[in-house]
Order: sequence, then C-alpha cells, then structure tokens
Amino acid sequence: MTGIDRKENFIRAVLLLAAFSAVSVLAVITVFIFAEGTPVMFRRGVGRFLFGLNWFPGEGRFGLLPMIVGSLEVTLGALIIGVPFALACAIILTEFSSPRLRNILKPVIELLAGIPSVVYGFIGVVVLVPFIRETFGGPGFSVLAASIVLGIMILPTVISISIDALQALPPSYREGALAMGATRWQTVRMVLLPSARSGIVASVILGMGRAVGETMAVIMIAGNAAAVPRTPLEPVRTLTSNIALEMSYASGEHREALFATGVILFVIIMVLNTLANVSSSRRARRKKG
Amino acid sequence: MRVHPRLEQRLVKVVLWSMTAITVFVLLFIVAYILRRGLPVLSLSFLTENPHEMGRTGGIFSTIVGTLALTAMALAVATPLGVGTAIFLNEYTWESRLTRIIRFGADCLAGIPSIIFGLFGFILFVIKLGFGWSILSGGLTLAFMILPTIIRTSEEALRSVPRSYREVSMSLGSTKWQMVTRVVLPSALPGIVTGVILSVGRSIGETAAVIFTAGSALRLPTSIFSSSRTMSVHFYILAREGISMPNAYGTAAVLVLSILLVNIVTYRLMHRFIRKYS
Repeated sequence: MTGIDRKENFIRAVLLLAAFSAVSVLAVITVFIFAEGTPVMFRRGVGRFLFGLNWFPGEGRFGLLPMIVGSLEVTLGALIIGVPFALACAIILTEFSSPRLRNILKPVIELLAGIPSVVYGFIGVVVLVPFIRETFGGPGFSVLAASIVLGIMILPTVISISIDALQALPPSYREGALAMGATRWQTVRMVLLPSARSGIVASVILGMGRAVGETMAVIMIAGNAAAVPRTPLEPVRTLTSNIALEMSYASGEHREALFATGVILFVIIMVLNTLANVSSSRRARRKKG
Repeated sequence: MRVHPRLEQRLVKVVLWSMTAITVFVLLFIVAYILRRGLPVLSLSFLTENPHEMGRTGGIFSTIVGTLALTAMALAVATPLGVGTAIFLNEYTWESRLTRIIRFGADCLAGIPSIIFGLFGFILFVIKLGFGWSILSGGLTLAFMILPTIIRTSEEALRSVPRSYREVSMSLGSTKWQMVTRVVLPSALPGIVTGVILSVGRSIGETAAVIFTAGSALRLPTSIFSSSRTMSVHFYILAREGISMPNAYGTAAVLVLSILLVNIVTYRLMHRFIRKYS
C-alpha cells in the first residue's frame, strides 16, 4: 500500500466517523432521556403516569394526562388556525401571484421563520392575552391564546414546504388541466392539490412537530395550570412547559418525573417524524415511477 | 345551486388573497411592534454597558458576549462534524442502507424539540460530566441542535457542484481528497457558509435549550466554564418576571435585528450561489 492510499483510507475513516455524529447524538439523547425518565414510570405505574389527572410532585403524584391533553389541544388549535392560512399563501404564491410579488413575499415569510419563539410569546403576552381577556373574558392566558400564537409560528414551515411540494409538480399537470378548459382554481382544486397531497401532508406534520415541541412561547401565554381545560378560554399546561417550568428547582423523583414527561414528548415527536418521512418518501417514490 | 366556474374562481381568489394579506400583515406586525418599542431604547451605552440590578438598569453587554461565545462554541463543534458528514455522504459513498440511516438520523435530530436538547444537555454536560452551567455545556448542546441544519445545507451545496468538475480533477490525476479540498469544497463554500450562518440565527434565538445548560449568570464570562446568559434568555427573564419592560423591548429589538440581518445575509448568499450553478 502506498502512502497516498494510506492517507486516503485514513481520511475516509475520519469522515465516516463524522458521518455517524448525527446518528450517535440521536442515540445518546434517546438513551439518556429514557434512562432518566422510565424508571420512575415503571416504579409508579405507567398507567398512573399516562392517565393520572393529578400532578402534585410534592406528594409523589405524577399524573400527566392534563399535560398530554393540553399539548394535543394547543397543537390541534394551532393546526386549525395556521394550516388554512398557510395553504392559502402557498396557493396564492405558486398559482395566482405575479413572479415579482412571489419573489418578494416568499423570502419575507422565510425571514420570519427565524424570529425567536420568546419574541412570539412576548407579543402574545402584550397584545393577544389582553385582547382575549377583554373580548371573551377569562384570564386571557388560555388554550385559545396558545393556539393562535402557535398557529402563527408554524406558518413559515408549512408555507415553504407546501410551496416546494406545489412547485415540484410537473408543469404538464397544470398545462393539461388548463388546456382542457379548467379555470386556474379548478386546476388547483382538482389536479394540483391532490397530486401534491403527500408533500402538503408532510408540511402539516412538520408544523405539528414544531407546535408540539414549542416551549418558551407556550409557557408565556398558556397560563400553565396543570388541569384539563374545559373551555378554550381556560389556562392549559403542555408537556414542554411542564418540563421547563419545574426543571430549575426539581430534584429526586420529581426531576425523574420531568424526564418521564420528556420521554412521552420524545415518543410523540418520533412518531410524527416517521410519519412525515413516510409521507415525503412516498412522494419521492411516486415521482420516480 | 351551481356557481359558474369563473365566478367561483373570482370568489375563491378574493378569499385566498385576503388570507395571504392577513398572514403577511401578522408576521410584519410582530417585527414592527418590537422594533417600534425597542429601537428608542437602543443606544451605544445599552450595547456596551453590563446589566445592573438584574437588568433593571444598564445595558446588555454581557449577554451579547454570552450569545457570541455560545454560538462560536456551537459552530466550532458542529461545523467540522456537519461538513464532514456531508462530504462523506456526497463524495465518499453511494446510496445504501448506511446513507439512509445517517440521513434518517439527521432528519430525526432536526425534529427534536429544543427542550429535549435542554434536558439532555443538562443531565449529560451539566451533571454527569460536571461542566456545570457553562458556555461549554450550552455550546455543546447547541452544537447538537444545529448539526442537522449544517449537514443538510452542506450536502445540498456539494450536490450542486457540477459532476464535470470532479471528473476533470480526477482525470488530472488528483486523489479523492485533493479533489474534495481543492475543487469541490471551494465551489461549494458559499452554500456551506449559508448553512453555517443559518445556524447562527438559530443559536441566537434559542432559549429553552440554553437556559438549562448555560444558566443565567449576568456577569461577563471569563472562561468556557463560566455560566453565561444569552440575549434571548435575558429577554425571557426580563419579560416574564416583569423586571423592566423598556429593557425587554430593547433586548428584543437587538435580537430581532441581528436575526433579520443574519437571515438576509444568508438569503443573499444562497441566491448568488443558486444563480452561479443554474
């Protein structure tokens, strides 16, 4: 073996090592979260964790159901509020706007994806919460406020991935439908949206992941009461806020219970990731075939 | 009742256009709201003085230093790993189960919420490895968070370098590594830099992962083992505990401006890069 070959092999080995960094980090995170979080779940009973209604860490009662329901509610709310607007934007920008307007609006929307979540939360506190309190009553810090802010926060994600999905369609789809006398809207509704469905679904799932995982904005506006809200105007605590609120002072079994909260969050996110992955790889396969 | 397709289209267009207008308005409103209240607070002394009385008076100098230190730490760790991964995936191997696993890992990592990174960084770096609340713990945690972004953008940058560049280099008798370092990487550099800058934006804005790993000390950090507060953590604490609204707005304005700047630079670079190769 020559010196050059040896050097090349060495470089390849180093790069292979680097390539495993992401997978290893993922593995290490999984191991640590589960190792810290699952023992207390089994000791206290998995059922009590998942379906218990009472979160009193001081008394050793760790019912996470209010937080699980809370996370699902605000996420669902965010989708109901955010997705229609996001799709409207995606359709307008790909099908109805002039290229010039698209070239201005798309980057503006993408620039805003970088605004930190604390800023969104803060705007929620100073603008939205008082508005809800005065208009609908209640404390203002509520499921509704959290849903609206999260709905806004997922807009850039859903918009840009939906635009990519619509733009990736072969031009012949559009041309064929228009040539048959369909209006632009009929083309969008009957041809483009159905064909881009898997990409759009992937964008919604990714938006959902962002909403479930969002922490700081939610803490600031959701009110954080650890009880299942009966109306959208009542405060709510999500899985993420449960961790962030109590992490700074928790110890012993309480801290373990927060890691258990992390385990549940982790599982939800992994399921969503896999779904998004399946949905977009189905699209890729169909494009190839 | 059947509506004529042309009328239907006209109605739908009105609805969709108004929804788009509302969306753009809301997003711009958020930026404008922060800037209108925050910009008047900004001054040279706000940027260059340390915070006093928990941030009630004084500026935000130590939090700017903290943010920069954490971001630099994160980039120093994540850039070699991310670019290395991209080079391996794009230049040193072909599509296989292995590359699918690596890509899936990166995708999953990208979807993990920041609070999970915070928990993980807290238990591993702060507690188990004994780094305490420090720039080191926070920087490493952030590095793991931005790794997927750097991998993804570097890979795209490498992929957009035309095949012929590689063929010419190889045909001139270069080794693979010479080809990568002297031909492929220089051509892909703007794209890679774009990914790195994008990650800078993400690090600056991150709060949940940082607050549990870097802590919230207001002193000027002296080493990578000092605890340090970043701008976003400072803003969060000022706003949540109602310490000082003017200073909260001022910090938010600096935060928003720096992120907008970072994103605009990224966008420009990306645009130039795309134009070059298409």
